[in-house]
Amino acid sequence: MTSLPTHTEKKLGLAIDLDTCVGCQACVTACKGWNDQGYGAPLSDQDPYGAAPSGAFLNRVHSYEITPPEGAAVIVNFPRSCLHCDDAPCVPVCPTGASYKRMEDGIVLVNEDACIGCGLCAWACPYGAREMDADVGVMKKCTLCVDRIYNDHLPEEDRVPACVRTCPTGARHFGDFADPDSHVSKLTAARGGYDLMPDLGTRPTNKYLPQRRKDSPDMSAPLAPLLDIQATGFAGWLDKVLGKI
Amino acid sequence: MHPAPSVIIFTVLAGIGFGLLAFLGAGYPAPVGWPAFFHWGLGYSLAVGGLLASTFHLGNPQRFLRAFTQWRSSWLSREAISSVACLLALAPVALSDWLGLGWPRALGLIGAALALLTIFCTAMIYAQLKTIPRWNHWTTPALFMAFAGAGGAILAGQSAAGAVMSALLVALLLTAFRIGDGAFAARAQTLGTATGLGTIGPVQGAVRVFEQPHTSPNYLMREMIYLVARKHIRPLRSIALICAGIGPAVLLTILPPVAWAFATIAAVHLIGAFAARWLFFAQAEHVVGLYYGQR
Amino acid sequence: MNTQPRLAPNHPIGDEVRRTTCYMCACRCGINVHMKSGEVAYIEGNRDHPINKGVLCAKGASGIMQINAPSRLRAPLKRVGPRGSGAFEEITWDEALDLAVSWLKPLRETAPEKLAFFTGRDQSQSFTGWWAQAFGTPNYAAHGGFCSVNMAAGGIYTIGGAFWEFGQPDWDRTKLFILFGVAEDHDSNPIKIGLGKLKARGVRVVGVNPIRTGYNAVADDWLGITPGTDGLLILSLIHCLFQAGKIDLDYLAQFTNAPLLVVEDGPEAGMILKNAESQPFVIDRTTGQPAPWDAKSVQPDLGAVYQGNRTVFQHMAQRYLAPEYAPEAVADRCGIPAPRIRALAADLARIAFDEAIEIAQPWTDFRGNSHDKMIGRPVSFHAMRGISAHSNGFQTARALHLLQIILGSVETPGGYRLKPPYPKPIEAHPTPHFTAAAGKPLAGPHLGYVRHPEQLALKPDGSPARIDKAFTWDAPFSAHGLMHMLIPNAHAGDPYRIDTLFLYMANMAWNSSMNSGEVIKMLTDKGADGDYVIPRIIYSDAYASEMVAYADLILPDTTYMERYDCISLLDRPISEPDAAGDSIRWPVVEPDRDVRPFQSVLLDLGARLGLAPMVKEDGKPKFKDYADYIQNHIRRPGVGPLIGWRGADGSQTGRGDANPNQLDRYIENGGFFQAHVPAEGAFYKPWNMAYQDWAVQTSLFESPQPYLFSIYSEPMRRFQAAAEGIGPHQPPDHLRETLKRAMDPLPIWYSPYAENDFTIHALTQRPMDMYHSWGSQNAWLRQIRGRNFLYIPTKIWEAHGFKDGDYARVTSPTGEIVVPAAHMAALNEHTVWTWNAIGKRKGAWALDDDAPESTTGFLLNHLISELLPDIGDGIRRSNSDPVTGQAAWFDLRVKIENAGPHVAASPAFAPISRAVPRGKTRKAPPRKVSQ
Repeated sequence: MTSLPTHTEKKLGLAIDLDTCVGCQACVTACKGWNDQGYGAPLSDQDPYGAAPSGAFLNRVHSYEITPPEGAAVIVNFPRSCLHCDDAPCVPVCPTGASYKRMEDGIVLVNEDACIGCGLCAWACPYGAREMDADVGVMKKCTLCVDRIYNDHLPEEDRVPACVRTCPTGARHFGDFADPDSHVSKLTAARGGYDLMPDLGTRPTNKYLPQRRKDSPDMSAPLAPLLDIQATGFAGWLDKVLGKI
Repeated sequence: MHPAPSVIIFTVLAGIGFGLLAFLGAGYPAPVGWPAFFHWGLGYSLAVGGLLASTFHLGNPQRFLRAFTQWRSSWLSREAISSVACLLALAPVALSDWLGLGWPRALGLIGAALALLTIFCTAMIYAQLKTIPRWNHWTTPALFMAFAGAGGAILAGQSAAGAVMSALLVALLLTAFRIGDGAFAARAQTLGTATGLGTIGPVQGAVRVFEQPHTSPNYLMREMIYLVARKHIRPLRSIALICAGIGPAVLLTILPPVAWAFATIAAVHLIGAFAARWLFFAQAEHVVGLYYGQR
Repeated sequence: MNTQPRLAPNHPIGDEVRRTTCYMCACRCGINVHMKSGEVAYIEGNRDHPINKGVLCAKGASGIMQINAPSRLRAPLKRVGPRGSGAFEEITWDEALDLAVSWLKPLRETAPEKLAFFTGRDQSQSFTGWWAQAFGTPNYAAHGGFCSVNMAAGGIYTIGGAFWEFGQPDWDRTKLFILFGVAEDHDSNPIKIGLGKLKARGVRVVGVNPIRTGYNAVADDWLGITPGTDGLLILSLIHCLFQAGKIDLDYLAQFTNAPLLVVEDGPEAGMILKNAESQPFVIDRTTGQPAPWDAKSVQPDLGAVYQGNRTVFQHMAQRYLAPEYAPEAVADRCGIPAPRIRALAADLARIAFDEAIEIAQPWTDFRGNSHDKMIGRPVSFHAMRGISAHSNGFQTARALHLLQIILGSVETPGGYRLKPPYPKPIEAHPTPHFTAAAGKPLAGPHLGYVRHPEQLALKPDGSPARIDKAFTWDAPFSAHGLMHMLIPNAHAGDPYRIDTLFLYMANMAWNSSMNSGEVIKMLTDKGADGDYVIPRIIYSDAYASEMVAYADLILPDTTYMERYDCISLLDRPISEPDAAGDSIRWPVVEPDRDVRPFQSVLLDLGARLGLAPMVKEDGKPKFKDYADYIQNHIRRPGVGPLIGWRGADGSQTGRGDANPNQLDRYIENGGFFQAHVPAEGAFYKPWNMAYQDWAVQTSLFESPQPYLFSIYSEPMRRFQAAAEGIGPHQPPDHLRETLKRAMDPLPIWYSPYAENDFTIHALTQRPMDMYHSWGSQNAWLRQIRGRNFLYIPTKIWEAHGFKDGDYARVTSPTGEIVVPAAHMAALNEHTVWTWNAIGKRKGAWALDDDAPESTTGFLLNHLISELLPDIGDGIRRSNSDPVTGQAAWFDLRVKIENAGPHVAASPAFAPISRAVPRGKTRKAPPRKVSQ
């Protein structure tokens, strides 16, 4: 049913650290690879060796440039995937019930067997989290690797989304935001994690951790010369410096 | 938004079709015999044809029955149910009119209401989307209703109603153009607010796209980002206003109420309706475009 | 009301996991390959693997698209049309090998140097080099000469190790990390893992790079340096530290050659002063008398003057205290304000000395002195190709090591840590072997570290012994050879003509050559006799690269999932600071084409040629295939390609007989082996006896090799002295001035640029999601990066009125390109750049002719020439570092014009005929789990 649950037991999601993401795209292809063979239909690619290759990806990393009024411009790498919103606008619009938010953990999923491929959920999502698979005509989206995180066939430490497991810098953190003591909740609190487009009322689960302060070295305490070399000459410097041993 | 032909044909034809059915259900006109067959047939053809056209943009149309299940939350589901209910409710009325059975017309009024509801539901599919500020406004259902009213009246041969609705349509189109043009800006969403960059945290400043996530195109960009050349907007708007509203209003007033006149006016109106609906999609900007620096 | 689908996402991923080693770039991560029904279904990082610890990059996770790529070559090919036409016929392997033997056998019997065997991104150099040595040609090298030899050699000549596989920052302890221009495929995941650790601990990261992407995007401070001036910035930091006395004097006195004495005058001027036993010595501070440098309890005096000869330290101080290195003097040139330089110097000093760390770990040094703890200077550095690919890159690399040394941070906790088999003194490396004799093997390895002009690879008449002119006065320390000079020299017949060019995995007809268009002409050029100037070309690759069209015989290689490989301590291993490590690849799937692993083919070819180490006494092949070689080859007694599970029963580490089950043991262990350094030997490795003894036991050395860091390089001084006219071995006159400057024994900076009106620097960077050309055949990666732009800084963008969609006309003294332009603000204001090797030739890599890589994609290579313009003396000098011959890719300077809108980049090359059909669809993943 496409009504949203009034409450979910857990709120599983990601905290994405924009101060750590180097934009390597590892999460993008790990996600593609996992979901190509995992939940639902493969993530097909059209014209893969042609002029305009185009396939379904559930996670894409943007790159933005911020130019402050003073100082150097900054590049930010910005991964974008489903935020598993509390008030997910993609769910109630679904005419078939294919799109739903799980009561137990808050994951927003598409039941591909019920999806008619109308695309309305993708229209309703402000974050571009959903992509229609051109091969099978169903809507694809981040499943938070629901087929990994509860999978007894994987070692416990691997029961995290593929993007989190592969992230070389550890910029992606997975956990339960409903638990204030979870790693992701604490990280979000400590780093001022924020929501994307909060005014749309979607109440995203995923949080973004902002960049730290840039380009502000302490220039107030430069090294003091041992002595005035011009005045004392090189020998004076040598005596002074070696006197320290 | 990508102006997909299937969706444009669906909304235009179904709109005018359900508009006509609403008039017929309400008994304006109330033809009997073969004229009734022609009128009801036209209404049903447009409505059903429109609905069929809408299935062309579905990835899995064979699962369409599932779309009747989610009326509690989904305007699309409500539209599906309402449209079928309307078609079913009006079927006995149509049969009665054609064969002169003289059955009571109460069902016709219910069907007319369902036809209006269907058009409203269709409009709400678009109007509900906060992600598309141009659509997310009362003018969207008002416009859809006015299109159905004007188009339906023309096909129903209701000169006076048609003229009034056409005039109303002109006013609504002008309002929707004016408000719509400022709708995206009114939400004050920018690349900066969409990403939180430049405004949240210690690094503040103007944000722009450095590199797209993929250099190759994708579904989101094809579906949500459509750039209309500015030079095309004014002529298309003029066509929409003149053909869909001003022309029919004038022609309905001056031409005799005969079949060829209504057919001509309907054709003119349809040209305007298609122009307006193409603009409705093509000019609609989805907030996801912000992430791509394109709208 | 809420009901939701019942979902049981609890199924096995596949039937089996096969753990092997990635080859999507040079990083060599461990991968878990999940198999379904005998096919590869999913690839993820191996958590146990020392390199990547479970993570995997964008390339690695896309390996499945590489092993199934339509660009894979399918069978041996013999050229039937003109070279470059792409007209081939498929032949059998026997025909292919017979043909190769018919070409090579006469060469071996008469003039082995007429074979030039060069390998590109080869990870089996200890094997391919061994093969070339057995053949007897001096003309062997891999791609290091056009890659990062400055970085490697600069480090080896200074600290006995360098960056990447030689060493890494102490990520767990460092408190300040400074990163200079990086090649992303070098140590890619380890650097990302390290940066992640720093970020998690809130450690400050400083990026020194003209371009602020990638690692520099997350740097807390970005110094957008002007290309080629890194050395100047480093020497300015050294200036500040010297001026303030913030240098680790004890470290300098104990572990470096700073207290050695430099001969002041006479014919030996500039050499290290030796005693009667020809040993360098120090002046002991306690006695004021000479003492052996390695004597127990000696207290070397950094300020000594002995018989008028001053210490290296005094030479250092005199040079680096000079006002020319003051921040204010270098700021404009470097593009970095002086206060930023001073602030960085202050940070380095504060953290190195005020925030020093201690580990309560006793250790004993090579002098026999005991220490009760390990003191660390927790500042660390990493650098790679950005500083390396300049014609002053060798000196810049040395300067960076000098900075680390004066801070006392090399091989100390929190600083820079070397990885076994490094540290390794220059004396422990071979010198080059180059004397060819008919029918004979070469006497030793081709590549080495030259210490003296007499070791140069010159024939008795003074002419170069090698086709690439490596180890000549043009490039005395060219430790990796000069692959970029190979084809131009072979074409010019300078120093001599060769017969057969044998290349492996090197795309020399495209992105791996400077001036690709000219190189293509050289490959197809015919002499007056109507024969090709380069008579024969054999090429081995797994994929239909641009180079394929220019070969006469193609030996198709397998993909990395279909073969054995050996990542050996004899070569470029996968060690960590705390462990020596090596690893293998093994065939997790069987080839579905008529292809063979190149190394097995080489063994077969060697046996057919009768090369001694490849045949038994009866003349039969000694090794069945490469796997057999990996397990059974003995390089020196007890030492083979792999150190793990040696001995008949697999119980020995490092040394031991061949083990017939060794590869199985590697496979069981996830494809790798590690031998752990004892805790007592973890730091101070060059001087730490616990480490030295362990290194001998592990087969890294035959005897302990303690040494002092060479701040002052005596080998360099020998060449400088020769350039000054001293000694019997003399350079040609036109190189004297260059060598005098470049061979300065103390790190120095000189401008790498000719004075001209090309003033805009043009660079390439490697994206993290593409490995050179390989990524474009990958259905996933090419969606991410299928086209490239020339990024132009704001000032130039605005000055030329660029708009989105415009193209830039870029000209250099030797070429012109017209390419798509894009704006970038986070960029040095004198620099433009693009991503490396995105542009493709139409017809290559199984891509459509309209693929964006072939239409709007472009290379900067067309702007770069392997020879610099004549400076008026009629001699065109090499566009490379005068010390190592490293290709100076990043010395490129250009002019920019706004060319307005275009539809395609130029120059556009005619399509090459396809060696494989155009790719249509990509393989769908296997779905069925047989369990």
